[in-house]
Amino acid sequence: MATVVQAVRMALHMGEAHLGVTDIFGEDVGPPLGGVFTATQGLETAWNSPLDERGIVGAAMGLALAGQKPVAEIQFCDYAFNTIDLLKLAGNTYWACAGDWNVPMTLMTPVGAGIHGSIYHSHSFDAQATRLPGWKIVMPSNPRDAYGSLIAAIEDPNPVMVLLPKALMRARAEGPDELIGGEPDAKELRARIDAPIGDRSGWVPDWPDLALERVPEGTSATLRRGDQVSVVTFGRLARVAKKAAEELAGEGIDAEVIDLRWLHPYDWAAIRDSVKKTGRALFLNEDTEITNFGEHLIRRCCEDLFGDLRIAPRLHAGAHVPGVGLSEHLEDASVPTHDSVLRAIREAALAPEVGRSMRDVPRVERRAPTVDFSLDREALEGRVITHEVFGRSSRYRA
Amino acid sequence: MCYGTLMSELSVEMGREPSPAPRQLPKEQLLKIHDLMLEGRVLEERLIRMQRQGEGYFWIGGPGEEAFNVCLGLLMKKGRGLDHDFFHGHYRSSGTLLAMGAPSIDALRQMANTKTDPYSEGRNFVGHFSKREWNVVPITSPIEVQYSIAIGTGIAQARHGGDGITIVTGGDAGSAEGDFASCLVWASRPMLPLPMLIVVTNNDWGISTPAESQHGEANVSDRGKPFGMPTAVCDGNDPEASWFAIQEAMDYVRRERKPFVLEARLSRLYGHSSSSGSNYVSEEVDCLDVIAERLERRGWRSKDETVAKRTELEASMQGWYKQVLTEPKPRPEEIWDYVFATENVVAQDAAVQSTEKTAGDL
Repeated sequence: MATVVQAVRMALHMGEAHLGVTDIFGEDVGPPLGGVFTATQGLETAWNSPLDERGIVGAAMGLALAGQKPVAEIQFCDYAFNTIDLLKLAGNTYWACAGDWNVPMTLMTPVGAGIHGSIYHSHSFDAQATRLPGWKIVMPSNPRDAYGSLIAAIEDPNPVMVLLPKALMRARAEGPDELIGGEPDAKELRARIDAPIGDRSGWVPDWPDLALERVPEGTSATLRRGDQVSVVTFGRLARVAKKAAEELAGEGIDAEVIDLRWLHPYDWAAIRDSVKKTGRALFLNEDTEITNFGEHLIRRCCEDLFGDLRIAPRLHAGAHVPGVGLSEHLEDASVPTHDSVLRAIREAALAPEVGRSMRDVPRVERRAPTVDFSLDREALEGRVITHEVFGRSSRYRA
Repeated sequence: MCYGTLMSELSVEMGREPSPAPRQLPKEQLLKIHDLMLEGRVLEERLIRMQRQGEGYFWIGGPGEEAFNVCLGLLMKKGRGLDHDFFHGHYRSSGTLLAMGAPSIDALRQMANTKTDPYSEGRNFVGHFSKREWNVVPITSPIEVQYSIAIGTGIAQARHGGDGITIVTGGDAGSAEGDFASCLVWASRPMLPLPMLIVVTNNDWGISTPAESQHGEANVSDRGKPFGMPTAVCDGNDPEASWFAIQEAMDYVRRERKPFVLEARLSRLYGHSSSSGSNYVSEEVDCLDVIAERLERRGWRSKDETVAKRTELEASMQGWYKQVLTEPKPRPEEIWDYVFATENVVAQDAAVQSTEKTAGDL
């Protein structure tokens, strides 16, 4: 039973053995380390690059243009920000030259909080990534999806970004649906594909014979069926949401949890069908909440499904603060946690329907459907920020 | 090869003649270069007029770089796939493309942003060439990214072997960006040196900012020296000096499979772009004067013949221009075309074998 990081490694092996991958590279990706998370141990085409993210992305683009099949890694997505214009370029090349050159590159990078990684190892990248037209973006939440999304990325003739939740790197399958076809048990797999401690110069992995499985682009996975509220999430929080939903079932709350997996192209049909059924949508991710990808999905719900909505669609995301602080208290206050997700689902499930509340409260003050930061003096002096979104107010300590 | 010798032959210290005596190209070769330089200038002047007349939104190009850029294009091993040269140019590379065989009318089409523009179908500024058939990687507006992207084609060619090389060009101002440093670092990695000709066309300007106010290095190309790269500076206004400098640098890169930094000192004759007026700058050396005077002195082409050639090219350009004005513009719904590829077309290029001779094999 593979961990997520072992699944990534096996997908990369399948890529170089069967799908034409020519280069797997980045900082500390090659031997002896094989990646800071061990994702690239034992791979034939893995090599170390200089500590230069722009060089890594540029090299991947150039390799792709030269007809190679590169998989590049940015060691942590926090360090991808100085590559944004190259990422933009990788996304617009095929369009700008009217189809003359495609750019078949895969970029993988660990993302998100959950390991107390402080300000530069906790960033999310989904809000940035989904602002890059021309890229396909996928973010798995379990070993099988990590394996299948990398295979799909490698096979794609376009630039594909695989965002790997770093807090899930050691996570294993939580059910038969999350097992990779043909994978050995955990002990055997470790013995066959994990590099030994110490001298590993003579070591070669014994790769298991796996099926070539893909997570087809634009497909989500419904982790739990429910009729009362739709929770649309991805990555690390997919598991958090599923667990919270299962707990809430004990309270009589029946939540549906959709793991979006692909952020672009994304599975609108699954979101639409679920929200039409429940009338209540909660979008859940850990990137900062202003210009968050979930906000786009809220907009689409409002435009396409307004008549089906029973409450205003909601977003539970990271606080719009400049970083994720190191202390447990700071990290937990910055990104959604199990408890906050539980509360958010419960509130979305139980909130009064819009129509009913309008009738019951005749003098409701209408608020513009925009984000509004209001910092009144009292709140400021108390270092408490009142954050109002869609007429819903939340307060958190600054 | 003794690079000390190469350096002394190619180095042009400002205000001093290079020594030993400059080598000469055969008559037919220099005349061909002159023809292409003239066509390049006539093309750029037509593009500038089109912008001023409202038949294009923006002009940027390479008047003043014709001598160097034409020679670069003629010396390139043109073709598709790893056995041929990859060219990562910038937006002043029109002379190189003309020398490789790109028709002028296609640049006019890009200026007029017509659907028939083969480089971008009306999406990109003029001078933003793309031609996979010849390994001309899409030229972009950022002035530095090509130095990072070229690393990748360089790696592929280093592994592939043969004599195909990666050529990357940019300006002196753009060399201040980190990508130029990335290029130097990656091209000289001990584990895999890259067969890369790193070119800087130094016109001493970054839009309105003089290079001398921002660059403390004596020559931009000197930055290759700490990486163990041979470097050279040539007079980019002189077609023969440019030809031999490019040829020797290319020969080294093809043979040794290692990088070389070549800096061409040259003029910028119509300013940065249409945004800075695009008026002729008479204070700088005009490479067309240099070559015309030389051809006349050698008795190979008189002034009158040069004027006649130019007039003939202007008439041709006028005809192409009129034709372009009749061609269709892209339709609004075409914004949705080419968002995603459904086929890995670049992978088909990797296996393409050498089929064409070097364009410079005159």
